[in-house]
Amino acid sequence: MNTVIETRDLTKKFGDFTAVDHIGFSVAKGEIFGFLGANGAGKTTAMRMLCGLSKPTSGQGLVAGYDIAKQSEQVKKNIGYMSQKFSLYEDLRVGENMRLYAGIYGVKDKLINPKIDETLAQLGLSAEKNTLVKELPLGWKQKLAFSVAIFHEPQIVFLDEPTGGVDPITRRQFWELIYEAAGRGITIFVTTHYMDEAEYCNRVSIMVDGRIDALDTPANLRKQFQAENMDEVFRKLARKAVRS
Amino acid sequence: MLKYLIQKEFKQIFRNSFIPKILLVLPLMVILVFPWAANQEITDMKVALVDNDHSTLSRRLTEKIAASSYFHLQNVTTSYDDALILVEEEQADIILAIQPDFEKELLTQGAATVRIAANAVNIMKGGLGSGYMNNIVRDFANECRGVSNTPLPTPAHASIINITTQSRFNPYNDYKIFMIPALLVMLLTIICGFLPTLNIVSEKERGTIEQINVTPVSKIAFILSKLIPNWIMGFVIMSVYMLLAALVYGLTPAGNLLTIYISALVYILVVSGLGLVISNYSSNIQQAMFLMFFFLIIMILLSGLFTPIASMPHWAQVFTHFNPLRYFVEIMRMVYLKGSHISQLTSQLGALLCFVVFFNILAVISYKKSS
Repeated sequence: MNTVIETRDLTKKFGDFTAVDHIGFSVAKGEIFGFLGANGAGKTTAMRMLCGLSKPTSGQGLVAGYDIAKQSEQVKKNIGYMSQKFSLYEDLRVGENMRLYAGIYGVKDKLINPKIDETLAQLGLSAEKNTLVKELPLGWKQKLAFSVAIFHEPQIVFLDEPTGGVDPITRRQFWELIYEAAGRGITIFVTTHYMDEAEYCNRVSIMVDGRIDALDTPANLRKQFQAENMDEVFRKLARKAVRS
Repeated sequence: MLKYLIQKEFKQIFRNSFIPKILLVLPLMVILVFPWAANQEITDMKVALVDNDHSTLSRRLTEKIAASSYFHLQNVTTSYDDALILVEEEQADIILAIQPDFEKELLTQGAATVRIAANAVNIMKGGLGSGYMNNIVRDFANECRGVSNTPLPTPAHASIINITTQSRFNPYNDYKIFMIPALLVMLLTIICGFLPTLNIVSEKERGTIEQINVTPVSKIAFILSKLIPNWIMGFVIMSVYMLLAALVYGLTPAGNLLTIYISALVYILVVSGLGLVISNYSSNIQQAMFLMFFFLIIMILLSGLFTPIASMPHWAQVFTHFNPLRYFVEIMRMVYLKGSHISQLTSQLGALLCFVVFFNILAVISYKKSS
């Protein structure tokens, strides 16, 4: 098994508060890894550490073979990231946003335009190439943000609640995009609050109060917690949370 | 990588509904309105004249004052108390009281007394007004000595030294000429210091900076992408400003244009650095604006732009040495009006270069891609 993310005792403290408490797990190449937890369980903090946006207080993490504390710039070259908050440039056109990030990641100039057209055709957004991003509906923006995050073919893409506030049909389409990317060998690391989405993942971890309390395939987790679905698994675990 | 970031900045600037307008209006405001508004010359002071002599000479003095462009003869009374009431009612700014026997004393003793009282609520106006009045009266006394058929006896204590003043570099003492070169500092501070700061902080507010921070864009590339477009705009606007100064006021630099551009480049690096430091320490536009106004007001007051540094108390003069505006204001006035050569500006340019190093190192240190 080819491991692309590995952490050991990874911890982040803000003063007295331990947001992430000695977590350890590994993710294999091409895997769709669901990173679940209640609000405030420490998911986003953990993800920000893996992306090199936040320095760990202690413990180790390797992402794409690079140390997240010491080689965060190397990590950044090999990952894509889609934040909870939509963060493409609203005052740039769809094509301009793609061109900007392609350029930043060093995609060759003459390859950029054909790839933009190809990606937009795949998204069904070819007609919107010259539309300002702020004029797009939310669901389209999220699909666009995902395409931008994987435009440079990273090894791993981190998705922080990518489908929040999006309608069920668009969510479905979004997961088709995720499967398509995973099929090309891109590892998907995704947080979500939708338990139906958790079922789509290859493996799922559930964080409670900064710790990982469960980690397995959705089927094994259902068996382990004698639950009918992931929703029940999640509620059984999240009930133990001391932090509200 | 930088190429794509700079393209993005230019697209955003020209697509913004506000910034291109500011870039057009700002230089026009600064060149067409500020020199007049910042004018500290005093004209049209209202004079209440108290004539207790009613002689030929007192009438001639009255006419001489009325003819001056500095004064407007508001009222002629015979009572000093009436004149004071006029001052209290804001109908007069200055009183000239001519004593009884003014003419007689002047003709017999060669000297007479007049009394000047100025409203000094506005110190500048009071001080300059009484000074001008003094000059006119002294001038009048000299004329009397000159034209009188029977030469006036020259009293032993009267001054016989005539002082003639020649104003070099600004022969007509035009305040606007004094202000225009220095006001360029306002333009460059706003365009190259404040605009990029607001730009960076607004990326923080919108969350787009986080998306950039998770990419391999280096600190330096990101900062340069914010600064280079503003530097270019700064130079374009500065050139427009100097062109307008030549067209509207006929004011062209006495010194070398290249010296002006080199100094401006150094100054731009200073304010950009300061702006970046502010942006790194502010998490929203409100904080950034507050900090910028704080620095701008203090720096302008301590720059010598409006008030001479030499007349500040010693401790305030010490503070001005830590103010980059001071050096750029000095440079601009020296080059524009005196035609100073770059070799005469080494101390000012040296000080500015220290600020460049200080602010920009601080900016790079305080910009964090990760927390």
